[in-house]
Amino acid sequence: MAKSNKPIVWGPFAAGGTVTAFVTPALILITLLAALGATPELLRYEHLLAFLRHGLAKAAAVALVFVSLWSAAHRLRITCYDLGVRADGMVATVVYAVALVGTLASAVFLLRL
Amino acid sequence: MAEEMSRKPYVRPMTSEWITRHPRYLRYMAREFSCLFIMGYTLLLVYGLKSLADGPAAYGAFLAALRSPLSIAFHLLALAFAAYHSITWFNLAPKAMPFQRGEEFVPESIVSGAHFAVWGILSLGMLFLAGAF
Repeated sequence: MAKSNKPIVWGPFAAGGTVTAFVTPALILITLLAALGATPELLRYEHLLAFLRHGLAKAAAVALVFVSLWSAAHRLRITCYDLGVRADGMVATVVYAVALVGTLASAVFLLRL
Repeated sequence: MAEEMSRKPYVRPMTSEWITRHPRYLRYMAREFSCLFIMGYTLLLVYGLKSLADGPAAYGAFLAALRSPLSIAFHLLALAFAAYHSITWFNLAPKAMPFQRGEEFVPESIVSGAHFAVWGILSLGMLFLAGAF
């Protein structure tokens, strides 16, 4: 059988599509409240710091960032192709690199907390 | 001669003109463009993590920057696109994973409906745990 890296690319896309569908609107609402001046308790410096110092919260945050960025990157790649951009190899390299660098950065910042 | 034999493959020209040909294509593109807002919002969260790691002053500046009109406009747009992604994703869920019970498939409306119900409960739970109300 022909070897394909499609499942590796597509798996996190499907996971990310599902996770972002369930949690991203609520996350946006939480920071929107802060943007409107009604900052929720969790976003206060001490509270967020205490919350994200838990190992489980760190792991969940990195996983959330990874699947969100990866699924958005994959969708952006397909969208570029739909819009007539035929340099798929280059587009794929750029968008997946953004997803991986963003994930790595979030892990570094979380470990500094 | 090798040069005369070399292939010159035909590349079909492709533009983005097709998007406006049918409302269905526009809705498809709106769904796909939600990824830009989800990516942008996630990168904003990563930047927030950086400010949190940099200490109270940096985090305070991050919260202050969130209150700018540009940030509020971005949040509203991102919320609309993220919700559109959720709605389209849950509507497709029964097609992506048909759920069989006995001989019959569970009706699509029940599978999507269950997703929407979980989405609502989860969102309310997250807002409650974050202390939004």
